[in-house]
Amino acid sequence: MVLVFVENSDGKFKKAALEAVTYGRKTADLLGSECHALVIGAADNAGELGNYGATKVYQLSNDNLNSFDSQTYTQAISGVANDKGASTIILSNNASGMALTGRLAARLDAACVSGANALPTLDGSNLRIKKNIFSGKAISEMTLTGEKKVISVTGNSLKPETIGSPCEVEAVSVDVSAPKSKVISQDKQTGGPAPLPEAELVVSAGRGMKGPENWGIIEDLANIIGATTACSRPVADTGWRPHHEHVGQTGVAIRPNLYIAAGISGAIQHLAGVNQSKCIVVINKDPEAPFFKAADYGVCADLFDVVPKLTEAIKKAKA
Amino acid sequence: MKQLVCLSKTPETTTQIKLTGDGSQIDSNGVNYILNPYDEWYALVRAIELKEAVGGTVTVINVGDASNDVVIRKALAIGADDAIRVDADPSNALGVAKSIANNVKEAGYDIIYCGKESIDYNGSQVPAMLAELLDLPFVALATDMKVDGQTATIKRDIEGGSETVEVQTPFVLSAAKGLAEQRIPNMRGIMQSKRKPLNVVSSDVNDAKTQISGYALPSGKSEVKMIDPENMDELVRLLQEEAKVL
Repeated sequence: MVLVFVENSDGKFKKAALEAVTYGRKTADLLGSECHALVIGAADNAGELGNYGATKVYQLSNDNLNSFDSQTYTQAISGVANDKGASTIILSNNASGMALTGRLAARLDAACVSGANALPTLDGSNLRIKKNIFSGKAISEMTLTGEKKVISVTGNSLKPETIGSPCEVEAVSVDVSAPKSKVISQDKQTGGPAPLPEAELVVSAGRGMKGPENWGIIEDLANIIGATTACSRPVADTGWRPHHEHVGQTGVAIRPNLYIAAGISGAIQHLAGVNQSKCIVVINKDPEAPFFKAADYGVCADLFDVVPKLTEAIKKAKA
Repeated sequence: MKQLVCLSKTPETTTQIKLTGDGSQIDSNGVNYILNPYDEWYALVRAIELKEAVGGTVTVINVGDASNDVVIRKALAIGADDAIRVDADPSNALGVAKSIANNVKEAGYDIIYCGKESIDYNGSQVPAMLAELLDLPFVALATDMKVDGQTATIKRDIEGGSETVEVQTPFVLSAAKGLAEQRIPNMRGIMQSKRKPLNVVSSDVNDAKTQISGYALPSGKSEVKMIDPENMDELVRLLQEEAKVL
């Protein structure tokens, strides 16, 4: 059986979690097996994960799991996997996924791929899975030979598909020790557009903006299309924009459908974080900006001129 | 405070990746190798800062062959006290984690640091594996850490923001940008590094369950389409009708 750990955020499932369920179902189909989902904590409508491919949902509540701790969550996920006979565990490659994937693989002595960006293929009884390496500058194909497998899936690698119907939810319990780490506060945007790793549309800007007071035109463009805003490294380093908006090799790596970059020259370290975007639009007044070589569409002009015009053109097209 | 920093060796960030003729390997000709930036700039420097504040030692550990000694000496030049190199093939993450765990299990480190990922295979697996093998708590993606006695207060990246976690030593953390500032080794550090101990140990871990079976390069982008800055309607039309992303 393929067990998908479905992260829930205050009782709601994020898109990345639904993608993992669809990934799990397609992997189960390939292995001639079933896809079950595991939800930790209270979640509304857990049975609706069936819509995305799960045929059963396990719901686990335990006071030791009230706040995220990689050690206790690993005990819980591997405990359910062992009790229910799961040989493959799938999760999202996000902040909690990064803390869990390796732990689960070590605990189960499993084959492991983190950051899969395509569905597996079958090679005898082994799975083969592609993932990006060198920040997207190359792709490696991994062969998983162990009986147990742990796979984390990169966000936006596939779309959550409605391939099933609501399914049974079974309450389960496992022994979990008291957590040794404790989350004491959280500081994150609420409401508004999707967080960067999940965003389908991203509007990003760099040093060409000349100062943080000029960001209004970037926010206007982002608002009109419902995009998330991002920035280049120098902009985050000088404190013009918050650290979590920094995309690139040392920031967040993203793969949105549309990445609009204004006033970013396109250093190789920046490209490493965005080169998986489906469509890249570059706005820069320097015709020699290296970013144009990685772009699908380019506009060579002053961004203070072009960005408001683009916003107006979108408004007009939407009207 | 007894601290350990795990180091890996990676190609430089600006490396253009090429494959060997048959596509079975990354072509290492002309590639410059460096300490993985997350390990060096953030993990190692934060450990040294903490040692400067509260005393104790910083040991570094690396899994690989003798060609890695150059980057290990750099870590000693920046300020680590001593080094361990586990003489083993580092191509499998679980193998690397087991090799490190077997060598440090009995040593009683208070804080074990790794970079959040190596910039070559982008796996982020070893830190979490190591924590599990040592049965320790693990805080991933740390961007700030304050230590008061045995209690560490760590800020970590989460989707669209950050959270603050409290944990007692011993624990494992993975370092992200912000945890510390890069330090350049000075001449005195470089001279001292030559005399600091670098112990080579063997490892008998050999049970890779995950292998790389091949490589590919991403398909090249087609030529950029330049749009007249006076005609943003055309750009919107292309985004809607050609790229189908709006």
